[in-house]
Amino acid sequence: MSTTTVAHHEEHHDHPTGIMRWLTTTNHKDIGTMYLTFSLVMFLVGGSMILGIRAELFKPGLQLMNPEFFNQLIGVHALIMIFAALMPAATGFANWMIPLQIGAPDMALPRLNNWGFWLLPPSAILLTLPFTLALFGIGDGALATGWTFYPPLSVQGGIGVDFAIFAVHLLGISSVMGSINIIVTLFNMRAPGMTLMKMPMFAWGWLITAFLLVATIPVLAGAVTMLLTDRHFGTHFFDAAGGGDPIMFQHLFWFFGHPEVYILLLPVWGFIPQILETFSRKPMYGYKAQVYSLWAIGALSVVVWAHHFFTAGMPVPALLYFMYSTMAISLPLAVLFFCWIRTMWNGSMSFETPMLFAVGWIILFGIGGLTGLVLADVAADAQYHNSYFVVAHFHYTLFAGGIMGIMAGVYYWLPKMTGYMYNEKLGKLHFWLTAISFNLTFIPQFFLGLAGMPRRIPDYALQFAEFNMISSIAAFVLGFSQLLFVYNIVMCARGGKKATGQVWEGARGLEWTLPSPPPYHSFTEQPIIK
Amino acid sequence: MVRCLDVHNMASVEENAPLSAQEQIRLKNKRLGFKLVWLVVGSLLFAFALVPIYNVLCTITGLNGKTSTTAALASKAKVDKSRWVTVQFTSSVMPGLGWNFYPKQASIKLHPGQIETVIFVAKNITNQEVVGQAIPSITPGIGAANLKKIECFCFVRQSLKPGEQREMPLRFYVSPELPSDVSEMTLSYSFFPAVKE
Repeated sequence: MSTTTVAHHEEHHDHPTGIMRWLTTTNHKDIGTMYLTFSLVMFLVGGSMILGIRAELFKPGLQLMNPEFFNQLIGVHALIMIFAALMPAATGFANWMIPLQIGAPDMALPRLNNWGFWLLPPSAILLTLPFTLALFGIGDGALATGWTFYPPLSVQGGIGVDFAIFAVHLLGISSVMGSINIIVTLFNMRAPGMTLMKMPMFAWGWLITAFLLVATIPVLAGAVTMLLTDRHFGTHFFDAAGGGDPIMFQHLFWFFGHPEVYILLLPVWGFIPQILETFSRKPMYGYKAQVYSLWAIGALSVVVWAHHFFTAGMPVPALLYFMYSTMAISLPLAVLFFCWIRTMWNGSMSFETPMLFAVGWIILFGIGGLTGLVLADVAADAQYHNSYFVVAHFHYTLFAGGIMGIMAGVYYWLPKMTGYMYNEKLGKLHFWLTAISFNLTFIPQFFLGLAGMPRRIPDYALQFAEFNMISSIAAFVLGFSQLLFVYNIVMCARGGKKATGQVWEGARGLEWTLPSPPPYHSFTEQPIIK
Repeated sequence: MVRCLDVHNMASVEENAPLSAQEQIRLKNKRLGFKLVWLVVGSLLFAFALVPIYNVLCTITGLNGKTSTTAALASKAKVDKSRWVTVQFTSSVMPGLGWNFYPKQASIKLHPGQIETVIFVAKNITNQEVVGQAIPSITPGIGAANLKKIECFCFVRQSLKPGEQREMPLRFYVSPELPSDVSEMTLSYSFFPAVKE
C-alpha cells in the first residue's frame, strides 16, 4: 500500500462548541470518542456490580445482599458488559479508525451515526434505573433472570424485565444502525484502488461483524418482543399451558446469542494482527487465509446455537450435529492462531504495552477457546453445564479475548487519537496487574466448576470456600487495577510527550500517514492505493 | 459534516454539473443503507416465522417430545408380538393449580400396535371450580411421533368442581414404526391452570 496524497485542512468550520458539539456532531472522530468514553464508563459500572458479587461470594453464607439482589447484579452485569461496554468499544474503534484506515473523509451516513450513539445513554439508564426505583419502593429491582431472559422466570419477573426488554430494543436499534453505517462505508467509501482484498484486517473483521449484527439482532428483538407480549398482552409464545414452548425461547435467544459471541470477538481479531505486524516489524502472515477464516467463522456461528442448552433435552442426532458443528469452528480459528503466531515468528519484536496485551491476549484467548471445546462435548457438558467452569470459560473468551484485546487497541491507537504518548511504565504495570489478577480470578473458577459449584447462586458449600476466597481477592485487584487504565487514558488525553504521525516504528496502514491527532476532517481528497 | 464538505469543495466542483461527486456518493450511500434496512426487516420477520416453523418441526421430529394434540385413528397395523415396549407415566401439577394428579399405574408393558387404556386421577382440593389443561411430553423425543393417542384427557380442558375427583382415561398404542432401538418411553403430563380465552 502506498499513499500519494495526504490532504488535510486546518481551516475552521463553524461547528458548535461545548455540549452542543457532542449532541449534534456528525464527525466520525467525535462520535468514536463518545462511543469509547461511554464504553469505559459502563465498563467501570458493570465491573463494580461484579465486585459486589465477588464480595458476597468471598465467604460461604449470605452476608451482604439478599439472593434477589444478587441475581439482579449478575444479569445486569452481563447485559452492561456485553451491550454497553464491549460492543460500543468495538463500534467506537470502527468509527474512529475505519474512515482513516480506508482513506474515507467520514462515515457514509453521519447523521445515522449520531443517532446510533445517542440511543445508548437512554438504554443504559433503562437498564440501571430499576435499582434506583426499588430504593424508592417502586418495583422490585432490575431483571433477575440472568442476561438470557429465560421464560417462565422472565414472564413472571417484575418491572425490571420490562425495563431490560426496552433497553435491549434500544441497544439493538443502535447497533443495527451502526452496522448499516459500517457496511455502507466499507462498500462505498474506500479510497480508489483499495479493493476488498486490500482492506485492512480490522475493516474485514467489522464487515463480517456488521452482517452478523444485521442478521441476528432482529431475531433477539423479536424474541424479547414475544416475551413482552406474553407478559402483558395475553399471548402464549412461551407458555406451555397456552400451546407455547419455553424451550423455543432458548432457540430464538441463542440463534442471536451465539453469533453475538463472534460479534464481540471479530473486530478484535481484526486489529490484533495489525498490532502484531506493527511490533514484529514485518507484514502479517496469511492475509487471505485470515480473511477466509473470518468468513468461515462468521458463517458457522449462525448454525451452532443449540450447544448452549444441550441439557434442555434434544434428540441424539441433534446433539451430535450441534456438537460437531461447534467443534468445526476450532478449525478456522486454529488457522487464525497459526497466522497470528507466524506473524511474530522471526520478527524483530518489541514489547510496548499494546504488544504485551496482544501477546497475552493470544495465550489467554487460546485457553478460552480450548475450554470451549471441552464444553462443546455433549457428554462432558452434562457435568459442566451451568457450573463455574462455564463462567471461567466465557470470561477467558470475553474478558481476555474481548476486553484485553480492546485494551491492546486502546494503547495502540491512543497516541494517534490524542496526539500524545501515554505513560509506558503505567501501561506495562496495568498489563501485568490485569493479566495476573485475571488468571488468579478465573483459574480457581475452573476448579470450582469441575468440583460442581453451580453458577448464579449466592451461597455455596463449604468445600468451595478457599478457591472462592482467592477468586474474590484477585477480582478486587483486577477491578482496582483498571483505575490505572483510566488514569493513563485521562493523562494521555491532557498532554504529555508529543506523538509522531507514525507513532510506532513498524506501523503500517493509512491511519499512520496522518499527523497525530488527525485533523478534524481527514482525507477530504482520497489517497490513491496502488 | 457532509454539508461542510460540500462548502469546502465548491471551488473544485463544476458549477453547472448536474450532481457533484459528493452528492453522487451520498445518494449511493443512502440507497445501500435502505437496502440493508430491508435485510433487517427480513431478519425480524424471520424471527416471528421461526415460531410456526419450530412448532411444525417439533411435531414432525418429536423434538422436545411434542406430540400431536388431536386424536389418532385406531391402529390398523398388526400387533408386533416379537417386541416389547415399556411406557412409563409421570405426572406433575404446575404452580397455581390446586389439584392432586397421578396415574393409577406407573408403567405398562405392551407390544407395538396393541391398544391399551390407562387411568389418570385428578382431584380438585380447593374450594372453587378450577379449569386445568394437561400438556404431554415424551422422552425420548425420537419416539414421540410413534405414541398414538386415540383418546386423551389432554385434548380438552378439564373442569373440576370443589373437591371433585375424576378418573380420566388415556387410550393409546405405540406404532410398530417405533425405531428398533427404543424399548422404553416416558410419557409425562403436566397439568397447568388453563389460560383464559
